[in-house]
Amino acid sequence: MATAPETLLAGADQDDGLIARPPSRARVTLRRFAAHRTALAGLIVVALLFVLAFAGPHLTRWSYSDIDYTALRSAPSSRHWWGTNRIGQDVFAQTVHGLQKSLIIGLLVGVAATGGAAVVGACAGYFGGWTDRLLTFTTDLLLIFPSFLVISVVSPRLKGGGWLVFALLLAFFAWMVTARVVRSMAISLREREFVRAARYMGVGPLRIIARHIVPNVASFLIIDATIAVGSAVMSETALSYFGFGVQSPDVSLGTLIADGTGAAVTYPWMFFFAAGLLVVFVLAVNLVGDGLRDAIDPTSRPGRRRGRGAAK
Amino acid sequence: MNATTAGAVLDIRGLHVDFAGVPAVRGVDLALRRGEVLGLVGESGSGKSVTALAAMGLLPSGADVRGSVTLDGTELMGAGDTALSAVRGNRIAMVFQDPLSAFTPVYRIGDQIVEALRTHQDISRERAAERAVELLDLVGIPEPRIRAAAFPHEFSGGMRQRAMIAMAVANDPDVILADEPTTALDVTVQAQVLDVLRTAQRETGAALLLVSHDLGVIAGTADRVAVMYAGRIVETAPVDELFARPRMPYTLGLIGAVPRLDADAKGRPEPLVPIPGAPPAPAALPPGCAFAPRCPLAEDRCRVAQPELVEVALPEPAVAVRPEPAVAADEPHLAACLRAGEVAGLRPLDVFPVPGADVAAERAADGRPEGTSVLRVSGLAKTFPLLKGAVFRRRVGSVHAVDGVDLDIRAGEVLGLVGESGSGKSTTLFEILELRRPERGSVEVLGRGTDTLTRREAHALRAQVQIVFQDPMASLDPRLPVGDIIAEPLRAQRAERDRIARRVPELLRQVGLDPAHADRFPHEFSGGQRQRIGIARALAVDPRLLVLDEPVSALDVSVQAGILNLLLRLRAELGLSYLFVSHDLSVVRHIADRVSVMYLGRTVETGAVGEVFTRPLHPYTQALLSAVPLPDPVRERARARILLPGDPPSPTRRLRGCPFRSRCQVFAALPGPQRERCTDQAPPLAEQGGDHVAACHFPAARPVL
Amino acid sequence: MLAYLARRLGYYVVLLLVAVCLSYALAATALQPRAYFEARQPPPRPAAVQAQLSALGIDDHTPLYDRFGHWAAHAVRGDLGRTIDDTSVNDEFGRRVGVSLRLLIVGTAAGTVAGILAGAWTAVRQYRLSDRLVTLTSFLLLSTPVFLLAVLLKIGAIRLNQALGTDFIQFTGEKTPGLQGGWTAHAKDRAVHLLLPSLSIGLITLATYSRYQRSTMLDVLGSDYLRTARAKGLTRRKALLRHGLRTALIPMSTFFSYNFLAVFTGAIFTEAIFGWHGMGEWLVASIGKDDVNSVVAVSTFAAVVVLLSGFVADLLHAALDPRVRHS
Ligand code: SF4
Ligand code: SF4
Repeated sequence: MATAPETLLAGADQDDGLIARPPSRARVTLRRFAAHRTALAGLIVVALLFVLAFAGPHLTRWSYSDIDYTALRSAPSSRHWWGTNRIGQDVFAQTVHGLQKSLIIGLLVGVAATGGAAVVGACAGYFGGWTDRLLTFTTDLLLIFPSFLVISVVSPRLKGGGWLVFALLLAFFAWMVTARVVRSMAISLREREFVRAARYMGVGPLRIIARHIVPNVASFLIIDATIAVGSAVMSETALSYFGFGVQSPDVSLGTLIADGTGAAVTYPWMFFFAAGLLVVFVLAVNLVGDGLRDAIDPTSRPGRRRGRGAAK
Repeated sequence: MNATTAGAVLDIRGLHVDFAGVPAVRGVDLALRRGEVLGLVGESGSGKSVTALAAMGLLPSGADVRGSVTLDGTELMGAGDTALSAVRGNRIAMVFQDPLSAFTPVYRIGDQIVEALRTHQDISRERAAERAVELLDLVGIPEPRIRAAAFPHEFSGGMRQRAMIAMAVANDPDVILADEPTTALDVTVQAQVLDVLRTAQRETGAALLLVSHDLGVIAGTADRVAVMYAGRIVETAPVDELFARPRMPYTLGLIGAVPRLDADAKGRPEPLVPIPGAPPAPAALPPGCAFAPRCPLAEDRCRVAQPELVEVALPEPAVAVRPEPAVAADEPHLAACLRAGEVAGLRPLDVFPVPGADVAAERAADGRPEGTSVLRVSGLAKTFPLLKGAVFRRRVGSVHAVDGVDLDIRAGEVLGLVGESGSGKSTTLFEILELRRPERGSVEVLGRGTDTLTRREAHALRAQVQIVFQDPMASLDPRLPVGDIIAEPLRAQRAERDRIARRVPELLRQVGLDPAHADRFPHEFSGGQRQRIGIARALAVDPRLLVLDEPVSALDVSVQAGILNLLLRLRAELGLSYLFVSHDLSVVRHIADRVSVMYLGRTVETGAVGEVFTRPLHPYTQALLSAVPLPDPVRERARARILLPGDPPSPTRRLRGCPFRSRCQVFAALPGPQRERCTDQAPPLAEQGGDHVAACHFPAARPVL
Repeated sequence: MLAYLARRLGYYVVLLLVAVCLSYALAATALQPRAYFEARQPPPRPAAVQAQLSALGIDDHTPLYDRFGHWAAHAVRGDLGRTIDDTSVNDEFGRRVGVSLRLLIVGTAAGTVAGILAGAWTAVRQYRLSDRLVTLTSFLLLSTPVFLLAVLLKIGAIRLNQALGTDFIQFTGEKTPGLQGGWTAHAKDRAVHLLLPSLSIGLITLATYSRYQRSTMLDVLGSDYLRTARAKGLTRRKALLRHGLRTALIPMSTFFSYNFLAVFTGAIFTEAIFGWHGMGEWLVASIGKDDVNSVVAVSTFAAVVVLLSGFVADLLHAALDPRVRHS
């Protein structure tokens, strides 16, 4: 019966009367998120970048592979908005195309990795025993296994639609830490009374996982997926930078940065547009993730740390 | 008013606390005199802990605090951190509710006490360490020298709370503020801790502010009581006066809602009075008396202005009938109620209507029903491996969580299962509910032994046995609407869609909820309502037996009463049987027909409630009963308490002989040769007349109430 | 306690062995040293290629388990085989391992300490201007991939050098080749070379740790025991330092091993960009050359380093938390 201030703020929740209907959870989350100004700004930036990535290619008459022999290494102008590179390709067209590829890969990896982590973590945590041991061992193994090695060996050998396989490989090496967290959450959920209640009522284990465990870690998963998108973009660009990721003629922010690095001091437009967009995108995604964390998880709020320690 | 303030060590005047503009405390005046114990009672959310924290200046920075707090005439309000730090722990000390989280986990207990000493006294580390050991000894911690080097997690809850008290009295404070110091503890440990607290208070001569929601604890400890409701003090009086003649309907309701152990021995206890409604949300207080929406005596004028806390002029006849005892002039009886004069002398039942009170009363007084057996458990045992290591776990021993439990419930019967935490109550429940062959012993549900059940049969049997959990928030999936939650057992039993659609509103109505609320989520309901939802879910598949695991212990008393009455009504209407697990003997006394007492995984005494509670035979049952505080100061003070020493031994070792002997007061008094029986032979459950059984070599009735 | 650590260690060894076997299998099947030789100018005779491949033990016509058996038999005796250029892997390993460790240890250590302090400080000053500034900076750093940060630092250094007209900041390699001068000159030279690579590793570590430390510290700020500490008369400052910071460090120890993983991958890029001849640069180069034995050697090294950091994290956890030690 902690008469902690938060109990008071939360209104009378230990009574036997009807309390006024509080706003729904989604509404509360939305309101709190909107109150988070940096997060809202992040969201807007992410949206704008998506617009840029998908509308951008239609705005310019240059395609990312067109070569303008009359303009090599030309500075930004009305003809080439963001200038051209050393072989005369339009930097704007290239950058928006690269951005598009990086965003698609990031999204794909974020969603796939988080989904995989949810399944593995929830099963390991809920079933325990040998299932748990096996899955945990696999998780640990993949954690120490140099993912860099696999990706860099495999992906340069892929041609054409190789970026898809590359993205799946990235996802394959990106789920482990999340899975561990989900596992420990599932372990504590397994002992929670509502899960026990379901078990004693004869609800089957898979149904319990789908209906009770996963929805209850969903808020964590949403946050994590957001952040995973950001880190996936970082991994993608890093590998592409070294030629182990997206292969030419395809471009991504990573390959563009790699091409521009040498000229960064002398012809900054070849480098800074791609680099800037990369940082801005990841930053915006991280801010959104942080805002979501605050909005979804009431315990992450200052001054609302401890829940009600009701008479236990 | 000034009269009370004279001679006060700690004087709180006009205290207001707001959190983000929402009032939590609204004008509290409290004066604490040297050597006095002032009890501060109220339901959760009434502002009592906030008041105590405000006096210490320890509220989070978001709190807006106004008013005055003076210590021996020195104003503390608005003082700087350095100035307040010099007072905290030195002149005002605090004992917190949850002793596990209240100690820093990474430092040794002794060192934390040393720190408290050296912060205020200029003494050497060695001297302080010596003193810390003395303090631990004072609060009754065995082997204090060794224990001082232990970390908080190595202490049991009771020991931690004692260490907390030792730390609080380290610097001979003038004032001790104890915030729900026994709430998380077992009754036997609660009795020990209250005893230590009283001793500490006597030794230091400090004034003690005891904050509690438990009227029983207050009755036995406090000299004066203040009752808080919605951030204000609504009644204050000397303890005897308050319990004998409460003048505020709310206090009356609180007293009437407490289940009592000492209900008259022959018949059933009086029905409990639930206080209807809920405390107002702090953000939306009604204009007049804050209690008006729940008060059966409310009149129009109550809703106009907030009643002042004033001395009550009693109408003449009342005084004539019940002459006032000699009350010192400086201890007035104040109440914030316009009709206080009329309330004095009324009984809770006179004011608060109890729906279905008659149901509760009309139960078979004696003899067991001739019904069929619903549950029969004999010799049940369950051991858990004691594991070590994080990855390659290896077994280093066994925890004998349940080690010989016998239960027997007939149709329509309520069996109360009591014991301290760690006695194996919950494990027993879960073993029964697993519906599989137990490790040892046998479980029969509705005449079917669980060892021979096929999967399909077990699934069908699950519909007959349903469970209600302790924490109504934890047992309802926060992500599902209430309708789905209630439908879950029906779906698990593959009921048709339209049957489910019909059943859900019916169930909601049955437990006193509005069927229109089926699409709401659990967090939109209050604690008591959530527990009603839990009960509705359990009833969904028409079970024969409900297993209730501490169903009311997470609820406030006023709410608890409503749930208990509901359970009694349902049982009468539906002919249910209950296995009611509780650590609270007074609740069991109120609801159960028969009671079974567990200690260290074994059944030590079983019998009809009336019989066991009036004529307990096992020394453990006697100690348990004796530890339960009575919400009646006069009787409470007159009682001789059996204080059990220490904590139950660890269930990792199976002792030869009687497992209770390390704490048994009878054993301690036995002459040598007779002791051998206790040390050598485990006492079997033996009949002691009728169906009253007890597992003790020397059973004898001893008065405990 | 010791038994616990021993068991942890045992588990790590099993993990390591499996990881090494898998790395070998992958490197030996996916890399094509035959193609590497065949692509040489002038094209060597097939027989010569074959001979060279079998001599190095990387002949793809030999069954995988035979090759592995051969390699493993040497490896357990501490011989990691020959590189594709027929030099000793062990020698190369010895030359490079120190380079990588110097970089990793300096960067992580500095970043960790600074990050923890920054995190604790911002938690206490939550929502003040200083907190917001530090938070924004760490977010910015966290949003910059290591390779980009390294490139940016390099560009910044070039600009700075141009502006100052000196070669004040050296960033290529570990030391200036053929530097004259005494011991102090050498030390200074090395320190200057270490600056940018360590910064790129350290800054990211700093940003990560400060975020985590800030949130664990915020957890602690609302804790009951901090209130107890203040109730016994410690000032806010003292209570925070003695009771808050110490406890908030505990969850950081588990985090240590995860973070090291990221740092290690980051170091690969850092080395390659700053021209440090460390393990990361070796890995990149040997993948390019289809050098099976070298790739396996670096992978083994990576796994060992990560597991060691996990073990250190376990030790730290035990040292910080008596609840682990006394159970
Ligand atoms: S003032 Fe009126 S509403 Fe308030 S307690 Fe008294 S009678 Fe009830
Ligand atoms: S058997 Fe002996 S030790 Fe056990 S309860 Fe009876 S008297 Fe006490």
